[in-house]
Amino acid sequence: MTRNMICIGCPMGCDLTVETENGAAVSVSGNSCPIGKKYAETEVSAPTRMVTSTAKAENGTPVPVKTKVPVPKDKIFEVAAAIKAAKVTLPVSIGDIIVEDAAGTGVCIVATKDIKA
Amino acid sequence: MDKHSLVIIGGGPAGMAAAVEAKKSGIDDIVIYERDTQLGGILNQCIHNGFGLHTFKEELTGPEYAGRFIGQTEALGIHYETGSMVLSISSDKKVTVVSREKGLRVVEADAVILAMGCRERPRGALNIPGMRPQGIYTAGTAQKMVNCEGWVPGKEVVILGSGDIGLIMARRMTLEGAHVKLVAELMPYSGGLKRNIVQCLDDYNIPLKLSHTVVDIKGKRRLEGVTITEVGKNGAPIPGTEEYYSCDTLLLSCGLIPENELSSNAGITINNTTNGPVVDDRLETNIDGIFACGNVLHVHDLVDFVSEESGRAGRNAAEYIKNGGRKENSAKCINVTPGNGVRYTVPSVIDTANLTENIHLRFRVRDVYKGCSIEVKTGSETLLCRKKKIMVPSEMEDVILKKELLSASGDITVSITEGGA
Repeated sequence: MTRNMICIGCPMGCDLTVETENGAAVSVSGNSCPIGKKYAETEVSAPTRMVTSTAKAENGTPVPVKTKVPVPKDKIFEVAAAIKAAKVTLPVSIGDIIVEDAAGTGVCIVATKDIKA
Repeated sequence: MDKHSLVIIGGGPAGMAAAVEAKKSGIDDIVIYERDTQLGGILNQCIHNGFGLHTFKEELTGPEYAGRFIGQTEALGIHYETGSMVLSISSDKKVTVVSREKGLRVVEADAVILAMGCRERPRGALNIPGMRPQGIYTAGTAQKMVNCEGWVPGKEVVILGSGDIGLIMARRMTLEGAHVKLVAELMPYSGGLKRNIVQCLDDYNIPLKLSHTVVDIKGKRRLEGVTITEVGKNGAPIPGTEEYYSCDTLLLSCGLIPENELSSNAGITINNTTNGPVVDDRLETNIDGIFACGNVLHVHDLVDFVSEESGRAGRNAAEYIKNGGRKENSAKCINVTPGNGVRYTVPSVIDTANLTENIHLRFRVRDVYKGCSIEVKTGSETLLCRKKKIMVPSEMEDVILKKELLSASGDITVSITEGGA
């Protein structure tokens, strides 16, 4: 089977063509770099996305956060809910862990901004 | 009167990158004026990832990217003043700045770097007919509300314009529990990056209607709904294609405009296409010692390119200051003219007598071009020809011109040609 997709690995947005067999990529073309090949292979088998959002500090300040690595695409909303449920104690620094294991993905949520108490 | 070697107006990515490079080039007496309470500019509200692949070889969120430059600014001991708004700049580089702590002051500078960024095109500039209820925001305003203030402006959302901020906000509002019904785009192509169509709209099944616009806004106190129609080639609504969408929020993502009131009032010449200052290859405006970089110069797609450009402005300003404001004999200036299919180029003037670096020429195309070439010509001689699979107005193009090529060159033209090399 042939699938066409746009790479989201960087702002270039290469048009990729992926040949698949039994849901696995056998060849990728159209990519300009290794990121595109990896993206296409993941996208046809088990697509993943980074999730960015804000958690709330106790005083109500939004704390920008991200998943440390991409999570399965079908878990995005559960991960977003786990971020909403978190209560952050200030101060935080970039990279501080806000949620250890978001929605059973095994991926932690980390702060992306230094915020003073 | 206070005096500084270099005054930088704006503490966003452009201002910080310029300051860092100027400092590294030997200028110690620098001040950055930032009107917000913190450095970082627009990056503070851009909490999504996708920044820094060029600059740091990794993908960062906006606050993380800003954090890297704030770290460098502080490590280099660069002085900055937040809560400080510049009110005017004179043509002899006296900067009037006001702040809560220090009141109103006039500061004299040897060189000034303009790094004020840009603003969103508001409803008033779009000529949308209809009522004027609550619930209509620019996408960036909504972004600030959600990401910095912590509240979501509505539940049922229509977005007009497919600029990147609008696309990013479609996803962001969805993750915050809102229902984004539609993104309508007047043009027959998207105004944002392709990756954002995929990861912000397609991933969430949000429809994008190209060649569509809002022709009516309904609601007395709060927005109740909007009417969308298809538009023809001339941009006029096609009768009979009206569709009503009930919604409590309309976000506008219809373009960005460089913020150049300060520049114009200082007597700086503004390019009517970019709405930014006309600059030469040193990113210097028509006023000696006033430089411009980042989104105040022309609107960029990527912060990485802003940082690169602004670093050059910082180095050039440092050079200017070290030369005591004296310019080398710059009698050999050539013009860069946008030719077929090219809207503008930055820079638009190159001083070929004093080239220190290769020329990094950035431009935007007028339309979607497939299988065409970028051609740089002087008279009938082709200096450079590069084939491109696809070029779109929403993505900035660039070419690097070797300085040796230009030293004997006359005026040059950048155009898009069918086929080619």
